Amino acid sequence: MFGLPIAFSAPWLLTALIALPVLWLILRAIPPAPVRRRFPGVALLLGLQDEDTVTDRTPWWLLLLRMMTVAAVIVGLAGPILNPDPAGDGDGPLLIVFDGGWASADQWDAHVSAAEAELAKAARQGREAAVINLADPVEVQFLTADIWRTRLAGLQPLPWLPRAERLAEVADALGDGAVETFWLSSGLEFAGRSDILGDLRSRGVVRVFQPGTGAIALLPPKFEDGHIRLAAVRAMAVGGRDVGLNAIGRDPGGNETVLATSRFVFDDGAAEAGVDLVLPSELRARITRFELAGIRSAGTVVLADDALQRREIALVAGRQDREGLQLLSPLHYLRQALVPTADVIEGPLEDVLLANPQVIVLADVAVLSDAESAALLDWAEAGGLLLRFAGPKLAASGVSRKEEDPLMPVRLRAGGRSVGGAMSWGEPKALAPFDDNGPFAGLSVPDEVRVTAQVMAQPDPTLADRVIAALSDGTPLVTRKPLGDGQVVLFHVTANAEWSGLPLSGLFVQMLDRLAALGIADRTSAANMEGTTWQPQKVLDGFGALQDGQSLAGVSGESILAGQIGPQLRPGLYISDAQRLAVNANGPDAELRPFAWPADVPVEGSAAPPARELGGLILGLALALLLADIAASLLVSGRLWGSRVVAVLALALALPPYPADAQEDTAVEIAAEVVFGHVLTGDGQVDQAAFRGLQGLSRVLTFRTSIEPATPRGVDLERDELALYPLLYWPISPDQPIPSDEAYARLNTYLRSGGMILFDTRDADVAGFGAASPNGRKLQRLALPLDIPALEPVPQDHVLTRTFYLLQDFPGRYAGRDLWVEAAPPDAEQIEGMPFRNLNDGVSPVVIGGNDWAAAWAIDDNGRFVYPVGHGRGGERQRELAYRFGVNLVMHVLTGNYKSDQVHVPALLERLGQ
Amino acid sequence: MTLPTQLRTRSETEAARLPPLLARAEHLAGTVLLGDHGRRRSGLGDDFWQYRPVRPGDSMRMVDWRRSAKSDGQFVREREWQVAQSVMLWVDQSASMGFGSVKGADTKCDRARVIALAVSILLIRGGERVGLTGISLPPRRGEGQILRLTDRLLQPEDEDYGSPEARAMLPHARAVFLSDFLGKTDAVEAALTKAADRGVRGVLMQVLDPAEESFPFRGRALFESMGATLRHETKKADDLKARYLDRLAERKARLTQLARATGWQFTSHRTDAPAQVALQWLYRALERRG
Repeated sequence: MFGLPIAFSAPWLLTALIALPVLWLILRAIPPAPVRRRFPGVALLLGLQDEDTVTDRTPWWLLLLRMMTVAAVIVGLAGPILNPDPAGDGDGPLLIVFDGGWASADQWDAHVSAAEAELAKAARQGREAAVINLADPVEVQFLTADIWRTRLAGLQPLPWLPRAERLAEVADALGDGAVETFWLSSGLEFAGRSDILGDLRSRGVVRVFQPGTGAIALLPPKFEDGHIRLAAVRAMAVGGRDVGLNAIGRDPGGNETVLATSRFVFDDGAAEAGVDLVLPSELRARITRFELAGIRSAGTVVLADDALQRREIALVAGRQDREGLQLLSPLHYLRQALVPTADVIEGPLEDVLLANPQVIVLADVAVLSDAESAALLDWAEAGGLLLRFAGPKLAASGVSRKEEDPLMPVRLRAGGRSVGGAMSWGEPKALAPFDDNGPFAGLSVPDEVRVTAQVMAQPDPTLADRVIAALSDGTPLVTRKPLGDGQVVLFHVTANAEWSGLPLSGLFVQMLDRLAALGIADRTSAANMEGTTWQPQKVLDGFGALQDGQSLAGVSGESILAGQIGPQLRPGLYISDAQRLAVNANGPDAELRPFAWPADVPVEGSAAPPARELGGLILGLALALLLADIAASLLVSGRLWGSRVVAVLALALALPPYPADAQEDTAVEIAAEVVFGHVLTGDGQVDQAAFRGLQGLSRVLTFRTSIEPATPRGVDLERDELALYPLLYWPISPDQPIPSDEAYARLNTYLRSGGMILFDTRDADVAGFGAASPNGRKLQRLALPLDIPALEPVPQDHVLTRTFYLLQDFPGRYAGRDLWVEAAPPDAEQIEGMPFRNLNDGVSPVVIGGNDWAAAWAIDDNGRFVYPVGHGRGGERQRELAYRFGVNLVMHVLTGNYKSDQVHVPALLERLGQ
Repeated sequence: MTLPTQLRTRSETEAARLPPLLARAEHLAGTVLLGDHGRRRSGLGDDFWQYRPVRPGDSMRMVDWRRSAKSDGQFVREREWQVAQSVMLWVDQSASMGFGSVKGADTKCDRARVIALAVSILLIRGGERVGLTGISLPPRRGEGQILRLTDRLLQPEDEDYGSPEARAMLPHARAVFLSDFLGKTDAVEAALTKAADRGVRGVLMQVLDPAEESFPFRGRALFESMGATLRHETKKADDLKARYLDRLAERKARLTQLARATGWQFTSHRTDAPAQVALQWLYRALERRG
């Protein structure tokens, strides 16, 4: 309408706009009501005529405002809709078809909103509709479109793709009625898709909505020579694409985190991309799943199972004839290398075999009993990795000398050889670079690794195949032989540093790592899976999120092998006999094929801008205009600027949000200088006295010492930052409020981090210090939650008596006796020849007294004393002493135990004298 | 009909108002330092005033011999003239005086009462006789009169605009009229003329509210007098401001001119100005030789 994408749901209501000119006339005729005012001066007004008679009509702009209000109400009620959908394509029932598999999950929101728009349109046209999810087809129900709109939110993608046999049911359920179809497609080919498309096309128009760039899937990881090889496939091999890969697992704290990241880079035209992850086995063992970054779908998550978990490695050493030589133990370096990454078992061979480890290490074990050999052979042929190290015993024994021992990869020459020793020729041998095809491919050989002794392999026809590492002169260092499903590997040197530097180098760990990764048996072989039942533990939903699967029925091993993912076999983690197996949405060889829609089926790429109902917006505008009209009416009748309106406006303007910046600025100001704080008690007189007292003390400090404090500040314990104040003065008044728990927490932090509070009960004239006075009792209540150490009256040799002035009394306005500070440690003893004991190492966190110091210190703005102290000259002296106490206290706070350390001065002087 | 209980309640309400008014008036009166209250000239009285040389016509009995013996001339001892004046007050209690534009501040009536009572206190302490115009409370002296005045001053009248009471004026007495003088000037003129005929002189004090002097109204308004007997409707109050102020100035000029013609003095007091200023002026004006 009017060239704008606007339509009305009740256009006949717009005829009411005709009435607007009538309204114009009516409104013009009615003047605004006058204000009645009582005013005695009216006697002087009598007979005065208004000069201007036009204003009794409503001003034109006010009229316009009101007309617009009414027009907005009318237009708003007429139900305008922005971007209305084009007029209905048909009038029969509408069938909305979701692909609904994991391939749709990434674009699920787009699918649902497109379906929503389609249903909304159908609802406006009064058509019936049905929604069906091909991945989980249930009975087709044709209902009012509005009902389906409410049910859309419950529709979820499923972690499998639609399957042919269920699709046939859909076609049956539809009967023979003609329907218009709106198909929300993932673009992925699956069996039976063409059939159902043909069926639907025979019933009516089929439109397809297919957003996004096509499905992408992550294939299960493969482990090859210590690498994790991951592959991703995509349906539409068009254009380059770059997808992140996250390996997710638990950090040492047990929290899920991203352990490693990589990227799949699809070249233009390539449907597959691969990534090799090389991870420390410690990290690898903690990986629980891989997923493609930013793509939510069951197809982009693969779960890791036992294959990635920590391996069990058994260490078996030959008989120990010595003890206590840890670094010479044949197993020491192995243990160091393996413990961080694997579960290590040690013990006699017959014991560790029962644990069925993946790897058994025999360090310099030459002779095995027949029973042991047989058991070991069985174990190795079932997929175990037997890792052997040579050593003096093996070299001295006759094992695998004449005949190749089944548990040795090669035959050995007698005695071995040693090179580069005192009694031999030649240099110690270095390692040759590793073969590119061997398990150690890519590892760099450090120069410092030298081999001084080794056992030598007999040259055999098979030897060349079995060598996987050699020395620079070509003699084998590591040999390997397959043994059934497993293998046996021999290091021709010792596992300790006697024969070579290999165990000392990082290469040793890397080699072990590569070898141990080879020890994972292929448990998913058909023979192993037969007859097993696997219980789902965690299953994936369509979005790739893990859900609890404990309540689902168990699955037989055969069906897992068949790999038919569906409602019976959900992707997830399955458990059987403490073994865990991951079933993923895609098999290792899966590929994604795009579905080619027939040319005459319209395929939309992205949703049209959704229709928006503007009614509410325009009615809101009418409301705003109405409010403007109120203000305007007040303006016209001269009441807008009445005192109350002004007051309300002024209040609204004068209440900006709490100036956080100002507080920050204040904090900067306080932190820049020495500022004393006094705790605000809520009693104006006490606070005033405290402020003036600190002001007076600050002035005295400025005159007499190098401390030049800024103006003191009142501290609100609930709000202000305490750490900025070196000293808090806390006058006690009986009716001050108890601070909140948070305030106490902050006060305790303040005390622990070196702050000091001077408590002043201000009642030394009438009460001794203690609970006898109301202020004393209040102090006890206030200080109860505080973290205050044991206290004692100031001892004669406390550092407070000599930080600046030498003092023995601490009078304030009153000359009470007691001043309490943190007690000296019980072991403080006076050292011979020292004038003072070495008391507290730190600053007393609290000083408690009742002499009303602030009153003695207080000066007014003109520098005159505010409160009288004592009488005559004695009083002046007392005030002076009060100031001296203040100076000493501040010095104590700011210099800590500096003066206390001066007990060492005589010793230092004596030393200087020498 | 007034039931005894109602009367009791009302009287207690009234009595409750009495002390504050009295207290305020006392407080206000305390701001004026009275000092010596003699008439500042010789006459009949008890206090010594001055010695003056004997003039022809003085009888020998009037010579103060003790003083005369100290010098060659002869002196007469004069005493200070101490004669009581009668001061009559008229405080406008009409409805228009009950107007106050600022909530919580004094109405014109409050201010007029306080000033009137304060000046009464000062005069009575100075030995004068004070009363109200008309026959209700003739001038008397003594502290009791202050209480009676307070009582009378708290009785409002129903009229919309007050007119001065000029009956039963004592000849050659003084008079003080406190009002807003917004009503008809004819009544004022008549009262002043009548007073002047009897040799009564006095003071006209116009008490006005700030709103009445500034006319801060805008827009369409219907103005009503306090008793709602007069009303004026306007479409645009701001237009009237200039003309209203002209009329007010005209009214003041008329009153000034009237006062000058009859030997009275006129001033205008705003309720947002301190009452003390008005009291000082009033007291000085009454002290001036009439």
